[in-house]
Amino acid sequence: MTVNDVKSILLAGVGGQGVLRASDIMCMAIMEAGLDVKKSEVHGMAQRGGCVTSHVRYGRKVYSPLAKPGGIDVLVAFEKMESLRYLNYLSADAAIIVNSEEIYPPAVNFGDARYPDDAVAFLKNKFKIVKEIDATALARKAGNIKAANVVLIGAISNLMDIPVSIWEKVITNSFPEKLVKVNLTAFQMGRDD
Amino acid sequence: MKELMSGNEAIARGLYEAGVRFAAAYPGTPSTEIIEEFSKYEGVYAEWSPNEKVAVEVAIGAALAGEKALAIMKHVGVNVAADPIFTVSYTGIEGALVIVTADDPSLHSSQNEQDNRNYAKFAKIPMLEPADAEEAKRFVKLAFEISEKFDTPVFLRTTTRVSHSKSVVPLEDPVPYEDKTKISFNAEKYVMVPAEARKRRIEVEKRMQNLKVFAETFSENKMEINNPENGIITAGMPYNYAKDVFPEFSYLKLGMVNPLPEKLIRDFAARVKNIYVVEELDPYLEEQIKAMGIKVTGKEIFPYTNEFDPGIVEDAIKGKEKTAIAPEITVPSRPPNLCPGCPHRGLFYTLNKLKVFVTGDIGCYTLAYMKPLSGVHSTICMGASIGMAHGMSKALKEKGKGKIVGVIGDSTFIHSGITPLLDMAYNKSNAVIIICDNSTTAMTGMQEHPGTGYTILGEGTTQLDLEALVSALGIKNIRVVDPYDLKNTKAVIKEELAKEGTSVVISKRPCVLFKRANLKAQEPVQVDPDKCTGCKACLALGCPPISWKKVEKKEGSKREGVAVIDKYLCNGCGLCLQVCKFNAIK
Repeated sequence: MTVNDVKSILLAGVGGQGVLRASDIMCMAIMEAGLDVKKSEVHGMAQRGGCVTSHVRYGRKVYSPLAKPGGIDVLVAFEKMESLRYLNYLSADAAIIVNSEEIYPPAVNFGDARYPDDAVAFLKNKFKIVKEIDATALARKAGNIKAANVVLIGAISNLMDIPVSIWEKVITNSFPEKLVKVNLTAFQMGRDD
Repeated sequence: MKELMSGNEAIARGLYEAGVRFAAAYPGTPSTEIIEEFSKYEGVYAEWSPNEKVAVEVAIGAALAGEKALAIMKHVGVNVAADPIFTVSYTGIEGALVIVTADDPSLHSSQNEQDNRNYAKFAKIPMLEPADAEEAKRFVKLAFEISEKFDTPVFLRTTTRVSHSKSVVPLEDPVPYEDKTKISFNAEKYVMVPAEARKRRIEVEKRMQNLKVFAETFSENKMEINNPENGIITAGMPYNYAKDVFPEFSYLKLGMVNPLPEKLIRDFAARVKNIYVVEELDPYLEEQIKAMGIKVTGKEIFPYTNEFDPGIVEDAIKGKEKTAIAPEITVPSRPPNLCPGCPHRGLFYTLNKLKVFVTGDIGCYTLAYMKPLSGVHSTICMGASIGMAHGMSKALKEKGKGKIVGVIGDSTFIHSGITPLLDMAYNKSNAVIIICDNSTTAMTGMQEHPGTGYTILGEGTTQLDLEALVSALGIKNIRVVDPYDLKNTKAVIKEELAKEGTSVVISKRPCVLFKRANLKAQEPVQVDPDKCTGCKACLALGCPPISWKKVEKKEGSKREGVAVIDKYLCNGCGLCLQVCKFNAIK
């Protein structure tokens, strides 16, 4: 825990990956656990395939919904390359979870830029805790490719001191009945991976 | 009961709890969700107005009838609505009137980052500024109380970070709605001819004096004395950034930013030695506090531009130099793009090929200014595409013949494109105006408008007939094209560019994300790697699923790579089939 006992998590991905849904679920679990929580999110242009980020900050009392550069304790990258975009926000001992999924931006599609496929090796060289997870493959196994964001919630839940029963309750309340089972499985897979 | 809410959701909840049942708005990030959430509560009247000026006038009318009414818009919307706002400040209201201005420091989704606190001072209207969702809910209620008590419109200002960040909000029971509406005649107060307006002008100054007295003891202007050495005067979201990094400082947090509580500020200054004014954008508080003769530090150390974060506040006060970290690994940028299957793509691909100057407008299609479509060459504000195309063609005369095209979306055309198009007909212009009719307000997330045939409350209603409207304005040349048909789209625009006078081409196809259109995605298309010559013609569409992959050069072949289409992203719109000269896409 950093200053004032507030912990900061940065979720980073691409429009359409369910980043904001995931940060909502995390916040509800934190609230359920009796802590104060604030989150920021990006709307508008992000819907059109641009970058999406969400800061989630929690503790006894939270003021700012944004962390300061160097103040992020945990980074969850929903897309591989996005794990590299916000390095200046990470604290020196930040833990990093990286989804293996690669989504090419226009410059890579045109052949004008190279996709940094060595992202994970780069991060492992600089940070002690770096975990790569193939959330998309696990979600497919769980029964719905769209549940990749919940797989990542499962992975991050290992780094948060919140009982599994709370996570399960919040996930159950967050989806229509027919999708609950898939998402609970996805959560568990992310937790076990 | 507590709920996790965004600032916008909290404002809607606050309205409901306060017994407010009337709101009008035009969509605009970051304000859009306020009325969308509000419209879901039982028994409310909510409307999408054609533009912000109309929204404010509708709310003024409701307030004049005794209702508690709200008008909601983004910061640039206040520019559109400024005319009625400046004069309703003179008349006051019968019921209550609150105007939400949602500002966008950092231009997350806007064409400028104007600081609308200036409007409060300029129009002599009190303004409240919440710092998070919990305050947003509370402050909107207070805004209505102030409006009723002082017979004044009241501004509620949010910023993107307040509107779109979420935090824990305690819910309260709503007070029941009380119908106080009636017709009351009071021409001296509401007819702003010079003789009456001069009298009201004096009332405005009296009201501002009374509000200054009120501000001194207003519950949301809060002093926290912790440290006699260092203190911060701030308002809104920057309070949170400062508290995060300097919890030990003293604070004067202003919940009301117009008018300012001078005595309270002097009292704070007498109790704290070094005072920093922490505010995003303009030195709005700073200039007024300095004019009181109080020494404070502000824009000498804080940036004028962009939103703050705790790091910016900390670095400025601690005097830390920004050390640029050399990037050790290159990360390609990821700009937003038109969706796969977007009907705008075919249109702007065509305009690029025709090498015309395109005056653009505000909407998803503005994204077509980027490579490779490069099909927009100016964007100023809502509606400007048409007036500017007219002005350019008039100035260029023969040189501009067949070379100027204005492009505007359906919602934007209704917002403020009708009058400039009338101008073109009236003043005998010579340009082509294209209305991209995708049957919705796409950029802000599929809001209804007069052309969709539905209201925000989901009721069916009269649907604007665009062709009939354009014809009634005096436009003789009106064509309709399907932008998925590249050949015909190009031919029609070419024909219209060659004609004398103003032409309107309606490029008609629903947004691919528009649920009501019930669009079924076609089968995704694929590249036949044996037929593909690697010419990159399909890449000129800038379609997200299409990428280019290097291949080993074979002897006697010039081919360096082939196009690849991601079948999970492709929606089968078929544009790339039309641009491929080698029949390599199926």
